[in-house]
Amino acid sequence: MRNILAIAGKELKSYFASPIAYIVIGCFAALYGFFFIAILRYFVGASMQAGLTGPQAMNVNQQLIRPLLQNVTVVVLFLLPMVTMRTYSEEKRSGTIELLLTSPLTDFQIVIGKFLGAMALYGAMLAVTLFHFAVLFYFGRPEWKPVLTAYLGLILFGGCFISLGLFISSLSKNQIVAATSTFAVFLLLWVITWIGSFIGPGGDKLTAYLSIVDHFDDFTKGVIDTSHLIYYISFITFGLFLTAKSVESERWRG
Amino acid sequence: MIEVQNLTKRYGRVTAVDDISFRVERGEILGFLGPNGAGKTTTMRILTGYMPATEGKAFVAGFDVFEQPIDAKRRTGYLPETPPLYPDMTVLEYLAFVAKIKGVPPADQKQRVRAVMERTHVADMANRMCSKLSKGYKQRVGLAQALIHNPDVLILDEPTAGLDPKQINETRMLIKELAGDHTIVLSTHILPEVSQTCQRVVIINKGKVVAVDTPGNLTDRLKGSSTMYIQVDANGSDASAVLNSVAGVTRVVESDRRDSLVGYEVMSESGRDVRRELANTVVTRGWGLVELRPARVSLEEVFIALTDIDEPPAPQAEGEQPNA
Repeated sequence: MRNILAIAGKELKSYFASPIAYIVIGCFAALYGFFFIAILRYFVGASMQAGLTGPQAMNVNQQLIRPLLQNVTVVVLFLLPMVTMRTYSEEKRSGTIELLLTSPLTDFQIVIGKFLGAMALYGAMLAVTLFHFAVLFYFGRPEWKPVLTAYLGLILFGGCFISLGLFISSLSKNQIVAATSTFAVFLLLWVITWIGSFIGPGGDKLTAYLSIVDHFDDFTKGVIDTSHLIYYISFITFGLFLTAKSVESERWRG
Repeated sequence: MIEVQNLTKRYGRVTAVDDISFRVERGEILGFLGPNGAGKTTTMRILTGYMPATEGKAFVAGFDVFEQPIDAKRRTGYLPETPPLYPDMTVLEYLAFVAKIKGVPPADQKQRVRAVMERTHVADMANRMCSKLSKGYKQRVGLAQALIHNPDVLILDEPTAGLDPKQINETRMLIKELAGDHTIVLSTHILPEVSQTCQRVVIINKGKVVAVDTPGNLTDRLKGSSTMYIQVDANGSDASAVLNSVAGVTRVVESDRRDSLVGYEVMSESGRDVRRELANTVVTRGWGLVELRPARVSLEEVFIALTDIDEPPAPQAEGEQPNA
């Protein structure tokens, strides 16, 4: 455990020692702020209109927080490849991987340490959104439970991307190659539902199951469905497993 | 301390290390000598547990590096060819991190970091970013990193490569100091390095062990110690016939000539010291005896001879051979 934390701490520190952490968090804050304002304006306009036509109030959770967090997933899709691209590529290129692999650590400790380090940066990125939620809670009365489940969903969703990003980074010495292919795979997992309707009967169900965003939807509604939990957790586990195997195979090939 | 048994490593169809066996005793400095691409780095990587061997076994401090890698790695310090530094950490941060992952107990970490910084003379750079260090300092921090958990075995891959002569000397001194407490294996393709720092040499070429011996024995073995170099000022007359007539001398070859100074290599019957007779002969003739010393073969020659003997069909493939 101490080893894992040592690696995770080193990863987090190296994100903040380079511009990556600041760029990622800064870009995220800017884009998130933009979406927040845009959706809030729309929401305010719509609820004024609703107030004119009838007495029913608009639901903040349904009409503001949900679309907002779905937009967060898009931003995350663009930014996470930048977080994971260097995890292994950089170590391989600079030769520091030799230090890690000749230290008394198991491959899994290294992989999990790197995963936790990237997750911590992702957590720091999500922490930006707490500010906007504080504003919402101050001026409105949203339900807090669906917000909490949505955060759980976001963390799991990001975990999938990070575990996959780690794996792709472990395949290449080149950060750009790693980032580009990670982005391509993320995007494919995103839009896979689009082909669902024309790959035959049951195809839409299959692609919906594979799609990484469709599982997120229920979390924003405040529903914790075990099938989604299992999907995300098995995705993360599989990604980390592949990463560890990829590092191991690298040893054999030399 | 280190035992390697029939180690073989193949990359696809290429055999990088071919059935290597050797032992290193506690406290010894073993030099690993070979041309570039001979399999030195591969052997070291196998010993440090970086990669597994295709066949054979390796033990470090009594632990099998394949079966008990964690135990073996705890007792091994490794300096790869390029020091594995994180450019965005300071020297202090870096060494603290390495102390953690090498399993130094948390209570001792600070003290160990300070101790290795003193030992390798990098304390004055403690707060400098690793990326801003000069090549010599990088190498020393790399060495500090390898020492941090006070390992029984130190494996150094070309520790003096790319350093200036002063730094090379410092590094050699440091390595010599470290022997005794640590068992050291170092690789190099520079021959004087081996004769200066190592007690034993393993010469490898194309993945095979060509010779294992002390640097002294290796040179002796090739030529015996019975060749003398003598330089004579014979006032223009030919001294070789006279030298040849000295009892015990078997052959005289002229090796260099500068004005009236002529140098000869005098071979004698093995085990017979002809220096007194040679000196006497020259002096009684009234010639000037300028120099008389045993003509020791350099390791260069030993090395070329050994690797050539091993590979007679393709001497050209060895690259340029310096004219001695």
